[in-house]
This record gives sequence, structure tokens and C-alpha cells, in this order.
Amino acid sequence: MSVFKKLIASAAVATAMFAGPALAQDNVRIALVVKALGIGFFEAAAEGAKEAAAELGNVEVIYTGPTDTTAEGQIEVINALIAQKVDAIAVSANDTDALVPALQRAMQRGITVISWDSGVAPEGRQLHLNPSSNPLIGNMIIKLAADHLPEGGDVAVLSATTTSTNQNIWIDEMTKVMGDYPGINLVSTVYGDDLADKSYREATGLMQSFPDLDAIIAPTSVGIVAAAQAVVDAGKVGEVNVTGLGLPSEMAGAIATGASQSFAIWNPIDLGYSATMLAYEISQNGAEAAPGAEIPMGRMGSLTLDDNKEGAMADPFVYDASNIDQFKSIF
Amino acid sequence: MTRLIPLRETILAGAILGLLLVIASRFSGFVAPANLANVFNDTAPLIILALGQMVVILTRCIDLSVAANLALTGMVCAMINVALPELPIPVILLIAVLLGAAMGAINGLLVWKLAIPPIVVTLGTMTIFRGVIFLISNGKWVNSHEMSASFTGFPRAEIFGLPVLSWTAVLAVVTFGVMMARTGLGRSIFAVGGNPHAAVYTGINVGRTQFLVFVLSGALAGLTGYLWVARYAVAYVDIAGGFELEVVAACVIGGISIAGGVGSVGGAVLGALFLGVVKNALPVVNISPFWQLAISGSAILIAVAFNARAGRTKGRIILKSAETPS
Repeated sequence: MSVFKKLIASAAVATAMFAGPALAQDNVRIALVVKALGIGFFEAAAEGAKEAAAELGNVEVIYTGPTDTTAEGQIEVINALIAQKVDAIAVSANDTDALVPALQRAMQRGITVISWDSGVAPEGRQLHLNPSSNPLIGNMIIKLAADHLPEGGDVAVLSATTTSTNQNIWIDEMTKVMGDYPGINLVSTVYGDDLADKSYREATGLMQSFPDLDAIIAPTSVGIVAAAQAVVDAGKVGEVNVTGLGLPSEMAGAIATGASQSFAIWNPIDLGYSATMLAYEISQNGAEAAPGAEIPMGRMGSLTLDDNKEGAMADPFVYDASNIDQFKSIF
Repeated sequence: MTRLIPLRETILAGAILGLLLVIASRFSGFVAPANLANVFNDTAPLIILALGQMVVILTRCIDLSVAANLALTGMVCAMINVALPELPIPVILLIAVLLGAAMGAINGLLVWKLAIPPIVVTLGTMTIFRGVIFLISNGKWVNSHEMSASFTGFPRAEIFGLPVLSWTAVLAVVTFGVMMARTGLGRSIFAVGGNPHAAVYTGINVGRTQFLVFVLSGALAGLTGYLWVARYAVAYVDIAGGFELEVVAACVIGGISIAGGVGSVGGAVLGALFLGVVKNALPVVNISPFWQLAISGSAILIAVAFNARAGRTKGRIILKSAETPS
């Protein structure tokens, strides 16, 4: 990390330090530490955090992070926050283990520490907030397809590589709940290797092999975009619905052409909101982050912790023509 | 020497026909004319790049930077289109070709003036080009809704039933066919690869010829870069990752000798078509994806082994009197 960037980071933290005490001293100060500043996803999370702060009333959100995605940068930011004596730190970590000592120091000084989005090892935080869980994602991707097929129909999965772990887990979870969606048949699973051209070819092949295909489920951001393009080029918009997991900025075109009715991914606003709510509950309302505990998080319901003190926030958030314009500029 | 119908190409064409028959027995829709046109269209980028790679390999060089060149030019074209949506497509095409040629010229100059082995030069520039894409794009994607309709529509526009992308490949094949057979450059490319020392004695500048083939290869990669990005309507750092190896494979299958000096336009085109048919057929013939890679690889090895046998020529005695000294 360059000296210049260090200076910027310290300057940013210093500004926050001086700005902090100027406000009413009894405000609860919750720091939202992100992987790096200037990333649309995290800016949106900060929006959610501010929403939570407004709802809670006496909360001041300190949105901060390093200028590039390094663990060193985050450690400096965390050390500065400890010196500032914030009430809680909610971090999306650049490294699972590297932040643990700094965060343990924070906890020793009575600061509430939680991780969200990208987790920290269990000994370095009180709880971890996952945007979603594998069973929820597996259920969501088949639900997205089924919602537009009231009469039932044939669906196929376009995955990344045959060895990609999370894709395989999600597909596995999806097949477990296939029984809840009668009339939906999974006809094939193909692999586009997360290459645009191979995914496009595989999607074209699916439409040839199964002329009655109703939906392509692609739980990968490269695959879903390529499949949507293949559907447009094959003139099958309206016949074949492309759905799965993608980013709004990348999928806006597919929604506009109608190749995709809807798709899902986490909602960063909800994520920032929930992280702030959880940090507040632990820090101020004495909620205990123990395995099996249920901690409320405002409008998002409550978080149930597992044995690793991790919890899943919600189903992936569904994006369609009604909200794509709002989110496509965010991430 | 030159037969009317060269043997190597005939064998390869036969292999492609045989392959089509096998595929048709499992999925008859594959050999429908409309689908074959799709397969050709899908293979068009590979054909264009294989032609560029062919001239490079003929001069005993290799260009591993084509896919990275393609990706960088594609990203630049996409970013230009986002910044200036009104810019007409011919200007974008010109930018693509010139930018690609400029990157090819960097390879060519390093090989020509500094005499660095081509594989090292292009391995280096390959990584540099990919890095530059990351720098100019900050790792972000350029997405279909940001591109203008004419930008993504150009390769798809149909002329006489075939998309422009296919016609570009046809045009490139005809141009290269004429260039290799009818121009001084074409013949000096064969001469440089066949026997560089003899080429020098006939007044051919070996380094300059190698420079020119890198420029040609780069220009084609640049052109393909725009077509690729417009076709898949997305530009990001990793597009066409590993495609350079497919391009080299197409040349090798097409009988272009890695040792230089031997090869033909027809061979490169057929080699690319062979790979294109395999790639397009595997998804529809219902073969487990775990087998697909192995099958692709075996097809390459078999084709090359076949070529090596077909291309084995006996030594020729040029001095009859020396054979049986009197």
C-alpha cells in the first residue's frame, strides 16, 4: 500500500474523528467498514445503514474503509475506529483471518464487532451476517423460473464450471426442493465455464436440444448475461425466460429486451440496513450473539444464528422491470 | 508441387463431413442449412483469427497475444461507444483495426528489432494487454444496455441471408487467399518460414516480413475484438480467455507447420471449421460435460497425428550423378 494511499486513509479517518465528537455526544456511533471506498455495492449498503440510523433516531453511521481492497488498509481503519471509541464496528472483510487481532482488540475495549457480506473468522467477531444462505438461493432460483410458469414446464440449468463449488451447492439445493414446484422438469444441466462465448453456445445448444424449453436458470453472472443474449439472437424472447443470479447493471439490457423476466441477487441496501440494526441491538439493547439466538433487525425480520454464530439475512432480492432502473446504477 | 485439390485439405474436409454425419445420426437438426449457417457464424471469429495466426506461424513465429488484443480492442470499442454513442460504426471498425494493428506492431517491433523469441514477446504482451484492460475499465463490465443498438446490431445485420459477422470471415478468407497466392508479401512469408537464410539471399528482409505478419495478425484480432464484443453484447477483462490456444489449435489442425513455411489458407479455414463444428455439436449431442474437454482434446491430437502422417514427404535426390558416383 502506497504512502499516499495511507495518508488518504488516515486523513479520512482523522476527519471522521474530528467530525464525530462535534455531534451530540450521546449518539450511538456505528462504523460500517467496507472492503474499499467507491464501490457501488458498498455505497448502496451505506444508504441502507443511514436508513437504519434514521429509523433508530440516536444513531450516527460512520461509513469508512480503505481506498483499495487490502486487509492492511482495513486494519488501519479499524485501529483508528478503536481510538475513536466507536460503539460498534460492522465490517465486510478483505481477509478472513488478517483482521482478527485488530477486531479482538476492539472487542476487548467493549466495542461490538460484527461482520457482514464477507466474513471474519469466528474468534474475531460476535456474529456474521450472510446476505443469504445456500438453501435460500437454491430455492430462489427455481422459484424465479416457476413463478413465470404457472402451467409447469421444462427448465435447464446453465452453470459455470463443473468444479465450481458454490454453483454446485446451489444446484444441489435447488434439486432438493424441486418437489415443491410440481410440473417443473429439470431437463438438463450444462456448463458455460464462465466464458461468454461458451455460455452463449451452451444456451443455444439447450434451445436446439429442447425445443419446448421454457426457462434457463443461470446462477452465474457471466452465464445469465450470455444466455439472455443467446435467447434474443435465437428470436425466442417470450418463449424462453432467462433467470438466475446476476447483477442489475449487467442485466438491465436483458430485462429491457424481455429475455429475462426477473433475476435475483442480494440487496446491498437491505444488507447495510440489517448490519446496522444488528450492531445496534447487540451494543445497546443487550442482545446476546450466541448460537441459536434470534436477533431482531427491524423491517428485515430477525436473524437466527447457527453454531458458528452466522445467520442468513433473507431470500435473494428479486429484480425485474419495476425496480431495475433504480438499481442498475448502483451495482 | 501444387495439386489442384491439395491432399491435406481433402482429408480434413472429409473428416469434417464424417463428423457432421456422426452428429446428424444423434441430432438430425444439426445439419439443417440454417443451423450450419449458425455454426459458420459462430466460428467466424475463430476463422478470422486463424488466418492471422497462420501467416505468423508460417514465418516461424507465434502470436499468443491475439485473444488479449481482441479483448483490449473490444473493451476500447465498447468504452468509446458508451462515451460517444453517435459515432458511426465504420469509424469504430477503423479504430478497432488500427488499434489491433498497433498492438501487433509492438509484438512485431520487439521480434524484429530486439530479436526476442516471439513466444516470449507475445506471452509478455498478452499479460500486458489484459492488465491494460483492467486499468482502463477498473475491472468493470460494459453491459448491453450501455451499448448503442447500431453497435451491437452491426455483426447481426443480415446481407443475403448471412450475418455481417459471417461475411467478414468470408471477406478475410478471400483477401488472404489472394494475398498468399498472388502478392509478393504472400510469397515472402512462405520464403521466410521455409528457409530464412535463402530468403535473405533473395533480397527478402526476414525481420520486416515477421513485423508485417504480426501487424496483420494484430489488425485481424482488433477487428474481431469489436465483432466479439458486439456479438456477445458484453465487455469485461476476461473475454475470450484462453482463446489464443484455440486459434493455434485451429492452425495446427489445418496443417500449418509449427516449424514454419508449410500451410495454406484453406487449411487454416478448415481447421477452424473443424473446431467450430466440434464446439457447437458437443452441447447438442448430449455428452456429459465431463467428457467434452477430453473429446475436444482428443480430436485435436487425432487430427494432428493424421496431418503429420499425411505431410511426411520423402527426401528428394537433386543430384542424380552424386547418388551413383561413376
